[in-house]
Amino acid sequence: MTGFGKPGLPVVVVVALLAVLPTWFHFNGDAFYLDLATRLVILGIAAVSLNLILGYGGLVSFGHAAYLGIGAYCVGIPAHHALYGGLDAIATNSGWFQIPLAVAVSALFALVTGAICLRTKGVHFIMITMAFAQMVYYFFVSIDEYGADDGLVIDTRSELGLIDFDNPLQLYFFCLGSLVVAMALVHMIVNSRFGMVLQGAKGNNDRMVSLGYNTYLYRLVAYVISGAMCGFAGALLGNFTTFISPEMMDWSHSGELMFMVILGGASTAVGPILGSAAFIIIEEVLSRFTIYWHLPFGLMLLAVVLFARGGFSGIIDRLRGRKLLPGEG
Amino acid sequence: MTAILTISGLEKRFGGVLATDHVDLDVVKGECHAIIGPNGAGKSTLIAQLSGTVVPDRGSIRLNGRDITREAAYKRARLGVTRSFQITSLVMPMSVIDNVALAVQAREGHSFKLVRPARSISRIRQEALARLAEVGLAERADAPTVILSHGEHRLMEIAIALASGAELMLLDEPMAGLGPTESARMVELLSRLKSTRTILLVEHDMDAVFALADRISVLVYGRIIATGTPDEIRGNAEVRHAYLGEE
Repeated sequence: MTGFGKPGLPVVVVVALLAVLPTWFHFNGDAFYLDLATRLVILGIAAVSLNLILGYGGLVSFGHAAYLGIGAYCVGIPAHHALYGGLDAIATNSGWFQIPLAVAVSALFALVTGAICLRTKGVHFIMITMAFAQMVYYFFVSIDEYGADDGLVIDTRSELGLIDFDNPLQLYFFCLGSLVVAMALVHMIVNSRFGMVLQGAKGNNDRMVSLGYNTYLYRLVAYVISGAMCGFAGALLGNFTTFISPEMMDWSHSGELMFMVILGGASTAVGPILGSAAFIIIEEVLSRFTIYWHLPFGLMLLAVVLFARGGFSGIIDRLRGRKLLPGEG
Repeated sequence: MTAILTISGLEKRFGGVLATDHVDLDVVKGECHAIIGPNGAGKSTLIAQLSGTVVPDRGSIRLNGRDITREAAYKRARLGVTRSFQITSLVMPMSVIDNVALAVQAREGHSFKLVRPARSISRIRQEALARLAEVGLAERADAPTVILSHGEHRLMEIAIALASGAELMLLDEPMAGLGPTESARMVELLSRLKSTRTILLVEHDMDAVFALADRISVLVYGRIIATGTPDEIRGNAEVRHAYLGEE
């Protein structure tokens, strides 16, 4: 991909498939597949947001599921108070309030925790991001008002005027549109001067520092953008499942997001979507045969990491006979 | 003759080893000042203190009169010091021109610019290309850095130092690992550059040092035992004994 606004062929193909297939299933009365596609697209947004820091920034965050939870609670808690009273300041079903709230709270959480996490490197960074996510997990487990570990039912979906989230097809296309915007944003960011610094710091931090870049600040900004974007995905997830529980923020779900990015191909535009699609499909297919579907899934991931560098999008590039530099494709 | 860099009373101890032992050194604007010394003399530690990755125990480092002894590494770069690395330090997954463009971009102050595609900014690309041309790598601009040879990587280090626009270039063994032809090319390049830049050169290759340096300081066991013109250093008995005699 050379300039802004020219998406690569794999991106176009995947987005076209995501626009056509679920619609077809929907009108053929197979509501289940539209559900599956909605989950895929929402997790895809989360994976795209994680890819910004993991793929392009080299920051392995093991706590990204926390943002999905924070985003969903930012929908659930105002809706809960709108129904049962209390906390008038935030009690509303309006999506115009809930979704920006999800983005703002996630950004704030990313800013505070990122400022601390980014002081560390490598394994320490992985552990501390996971620790902060577990803190959010136990925070919500301890609040009885919002259902503690039983979770919170979201009785009313976000109200957004013309768009009706109770209509599955409208919700789906809102999510798909959001995914396209998220991918375009990440594409814009990684190819900007800011993105070059971020990728430079991933490749060689000492060099970037010796050129005069305070790489800590660049990483922190990327971390906040990524958190805010994942919080947005969380708000969509809350609207999709109409239920939110602390379990959604468990570290294993953070791990799944990492799987998606690595499986699909980190630091590529299409990788996170391929990864989340593969994750959803494999989970769906394998769990029909066995409840122990994580085992074959884990083996597949191992195979990709060991034998197919660059994940699925790496395979696609090789099939198309191209060798890409980061930030392209 | 104004000093760009003034080091006074610099000391750094690692456990029982005094790696920098009361070093006083001036680098004068426009000169190429070489630091030579046997292995373990403390050359790398000195460079690390100048570029800000190691904090000295005592003494001061001044850049154009400003005390930078404890300034963060990234701030020194903005104040006009750049370094090349003894062990090649490039962003390997990026293309050659992207590496150099990052150095050009660093001069613009902050890079919190998230909208315009960096590769479409012709001002930056053209300057990066010009710097690559200066070291003879223009035709390699779009290649991935990782496929270039070691000698080309060393030239890239110089192109990046040039692109950073720094007043003072700290070159940490630019000839390291180069074959005779590549070394000759590097000496030729540096002798062209030294008329326009101030260079502090740390180097083991004596032929290169005596060809390039205006002044030489000899570092032995963390101490500077002599500073002078190449001829003075050649004639210095203590230096011959401590250093050149060992060859």
